[in-house]
Amino acid sequence: MKRYKDDFPILQTTVNGHPLVYLDSAATAQKPNPVIDAVAAYYRETNANPHRGNYDLSVRATEAYEQSREVIRKFIGAEKSEEIIFTRNTTESFNLLAYSYGMNFIGKGDEIVISILEHHSNLIPWQQVAKAKGATLKYLYINNEGEIPDEEIENKITEKTKLVSITHVSNVLGSISPVEKIVKKAHSVGAVVALDCAQSIPHFEIDVKKLGVDFAAFSGHKMLAPMGIGVLYGREELLDKMPPFFTGGDMIEYVYEQDFTAAPLPQKFEAGTQNVGGAVGIAAAAHYIEKIGYENIIKTETELTKYALEKLSTVPYITIYGKKNSVGRCGVISFNIKDAHPHDVASIVDAGGVAIRSGHHCAQPLLRYLGLNATCRASFYFYNTFEDVDILVENLKSVRKWLGYGA
Amino acid sequence: MGLEDIYTQIIMEHNASGRNKHHIDSPNLVLKGVNPSCGDEITLELRVKDGKIEDASFTGVGCAISQASTSIMIDLIKGGTVEEAKEHIKTFMGMIRHEITDEKQLESLDEAVALKNISHMPARVKCAVLAWHTLENALAKKS
Ligand SMILES: Cc1ncc(COP(=O)(O)O)c(C=O)c1O
Ligand SMILES: [Zn+2]
Repeated sequence: MKRYKDDFPILQTTVNGHPLVYLDSAATAQKPNPVIDAVAAYYRETNANPHRGNYDLSVRATEAYEQSREVIRKFIGAEKSEEIIFTRNTTESFNLLAYSYGMNFIGKGDEIVISILEHHSNLIPWQQVAKAKGATLKYLYINNEGEIPDEEIENKITEKTKLVSITHVSNVLGSISPVEKIVKKAHSVGAVVALDCAQSIPHFEIDVKKLGVDFAAFSGHKMLAPMGIGVLYGREELLDKMPPFFTGGDMIEYVYEQDFTAAPLPQKFEAGTQNVGGAVGIAAAAHYIEKIGYENIIKTETELTKYALEKLSTVPYITIYGKKNSVGRCGVISFNIKDAHPHDVASIVDAGGVAIRSGHHCAQPLLRYLGLNATCRASFYFYNTFEDVDILVENLKSVRKWLGYGA
Repeated sequence: MGLEDIYTQIIMEHNASGRNKHHIDSPNLVLKGVNPSCGDEITLELRVKDGKIEDASFTGVGCAISQASTSIMIDLIKGGTVEEAKEHIKTFMGMIRHEITDEKQLESLDEAVALKNISHMPARVKCAVLAWHTLENALAKKS
């Protein structure tokens, strides 16, 4: 297996006296040198307030920002750069969508369809819309493999459905949603589809045109870019008819004492000074991913996940949730150790330098549906190694002893 | 930090035994405490009569630290007076905050001294103090 770790300075550090074994990439990815360098270079050489100054530096900052938008447009296969709105993260993207689209184009008696797999960020904004507009929030439930079955799509998406907003990949189970079927059904009843790509774009190619979705949201920080930059993709026709979300500087054309006119897309949705360094970072991250190649990312992660599932299933007191198969798991493994609370597990393996997540993973309705309080989650990215898996399993084997259960 | 400073013999024993985890007869003070950030939940049951804690127990789910800390606290306060329990809470919180370090002063806490090092794991301090905060609230409600 090719070694990608060397591009990531943080993965050369130690934690609690042990080399860092970072297995929480589903929460946020570590950053490779080319991304760190691109952001640093922007601040060293190009920083100014974009769109505002007439001087050379401001013009260059504006160019850097708009070039990044163009990189992302190509990266996700969008038609026009106006369709790429920079936000802070997936959460902001969904709030923009809920408040600007949901509050204006969804009404009493309409239905919004999401799935039980959703992260809170693609769930609570829709609860807010449903409450405010008297609409109904409906859920697609999952089978034992953690996947959305066809009947759910057929039965829940109806003539009343105005919007379907679905996670592409579950951050708890790693399962991949059947986007093609959902889009087909939703469009057949005239509903729009929004896709939460937060957990998919780090791992495989997203082409919004091929997928046929109307909106897509993701965070830079999970795909190797800095925190504080995210994206909302929307079809131009839809974004055009949506009112601004945040208002203020930069998103206007003319401002009068009692009124204003909004700037054209994409500025209409980008109020205030934007995160240009972050935009440069996400563009550098997209380039880096292209250089590595999604096919290599998939190959490495599938091998790692397969190895991890095999090793974890040899430990009798470990329960693994979701698919038994390593294909289509996007590097996410949720599990529990018998009698051990996930927080203790995370603390104990942390002492061995291993970073895993514990808790409800911002998906409380899903955990409740699965009958669980909390889980441990190890999530892999292409920079992890077989050795990381070995160290994880070795540390997990010590957990029950530390909690007083013998072996 | 060594794990052995946190997951001590005493913590393990209390966590694994569940000795104080049950219901008591006719409790007259029942209070639930939760730690939303990590999902720890405990419900204290006390039977208080004439300023004395005649019986105490708890039920709940959560990590070893939260469950053991609750069990240790119950051993400490059961059979004592409400006033003594309030003193123990003060001393315990003082110990966690490193305001009380004098070994002699901490002696009154008995096994609860095992949680002295929890501040080395900042993410887990909340787990350790949950029971003590809950008891503080319960007793404040009573008086
Ligand atoms: C599936 C999914 N959606 C949305 C989010 C929210 O991302 P962010 O916190 O960057 O807004 C996450 C990440 O935690 C996620 O895993
Ligand atoms: Zn806890």
